[in-house]
Amino acid sequence: MVNFYIPETLQQALEIRGKEKAIVFAGGTDLMVRARVWFGVPSKFDKPVVYIGKLKELKGVSMQDGVIHIKAATSLTDLLDDPLVPQPLKDAISSMAAPAIRNMGTIGGNICNASPAGDTLPVLYTMDAVLTLRSVSSTREVPIDEFILGPGKTAIRDDEILTEISFKVPQFDVYTFRKVGTRKANALSKLSFMGMLAFDGDRVADFRAAFGAVAPTVVRSRDAELKIIGKTRDEVVSVIPELLGDYSKLIRPIDDQRSTAFYRKNVSLRLLEHFLNTHLK
Amino acid sequence: MKITFKLNGEQVSVETLPTMRLLDVLREEFGLIGVKEACGEGECGACAVIMDGRLVHSCLVPVAAVNGSEILTIEGYRETERHKVLMEAFAEAGAVQCGFCTPGFVMAIEALLRRNPHPNEDEIKEAISGNICRCTGYDMIIDAVKIAAKKGEGLW
Repeated sequence: MVNFYIPETLQQALEIRGKEKAIVFAGGTDLMVRARVWFGVPSKFDKPVVYIGKLKELKGVSMQDGVIHIKAATSLTDLLDDPLVPQPLKDAISSMAAPAIRNMGTIGGNICNASPAGDTLPVLYTMDAVLTLRSVSSTREVPIDEFILGPGKTAIRDDEILTEISFKVPQFDVYTFRKVGTRKANALSKLSFMGMLAFDGDRVADFRAAFGAVAPTVVRSRDAELKIIGKTRDEVVSVIPELLGDYSKLIRPIDDQRSTAFYRKNVSLRLLEHFLNTHLK
Repeated sequence: MKITFKLNGEQVSVETLPTMRLLDVLREEFGLIGVKEACGEGECGACAVIMDGRLVHSCLVPVAAVNGSEILTIEGYRETERHKVLMEAFAEAGAVQCGFCTPGFVMAIEALLRRNPHPNEDEIKEAISGNICRCTGYDMIIDAVKIAAKKGEGLW
């Protein structure tokens, strides 16, 4: 039987995490499924657990100089209710699970799980989100694309807790978030796509695109995006085939129980093509 | 570990292992068998209860997380006027067949109506999207919510 710690402050939580290398438990909506044994039997964790789900210091959203700061244990429901949270992130969150799960599940959990199908991730990648990781003796900031290393793998140290997610909300004129799943509620993504465009007159001022569940980590390429930034609408339309070719090389999905590599790749590219054609033609 | 919380309006304490699921503690320590287990992984909503005013799946909550919280199950909710209206609406719409999923649906609908006493059809569907019913095909349950919202005007 492992210890289950309920610290009252973040400082205490960091001390426990450092000393015990404890599993960080926030909403528990994934951890409890993994730890499940049988009815009437306690859930099984192989390491001590530190519960941060009720720590007030890890909840809430604020905005400073155009930068949004989201505390890591803020529930998905609270993010949906918060007027500061940008709509693309809300779109992704409302596509996740169902109300009861969103009441418990946290944005920090979605990130630290590092599932290729994590639905907030494509949005956070396009926003260039930065993660604050704290231990008793250190605080560091890591860009999300350097934090997530592969399925279930992150750059977090065993004495650190993710405390905050922050990003400058980019200016964009149009965006789309699409999640493709078997049904609307409680479905894991077969794939997801996030695209945003900003215009300066006839020219593309900014373009960002990210794909979820089609590679070990979210696919985003600034090189590909730069190919159309600064171009006029007409010029971009002629570059679309080349752009699709670029993304086709980066999108490396697998066959699994949810979908096939063939389907994932085709739908991903078509969503991008449709997004560009809709707003540029 | 001693866990103290408010259960259906009453302060209670229970000595149990912290990683026991709230679902198991409610059923086995308190005999509240209106809280059902079906999937055990948060997909079906049969174990739904209201924790601190919000719908949760009790199969995903370790009981240690409930310390200091307030839990409402179907057994506590049954004593309310709102439940009476909802139960009659379920009967009128034919929204109960085998009944296994019903306590979870009722808790999900209570959570919805607390936030939004006049939900439209999309909002109703969204609110019950985490609950699975294999008998009714859902239409009758959606009808029941509409009837309850109308007949229970002012209650929520």
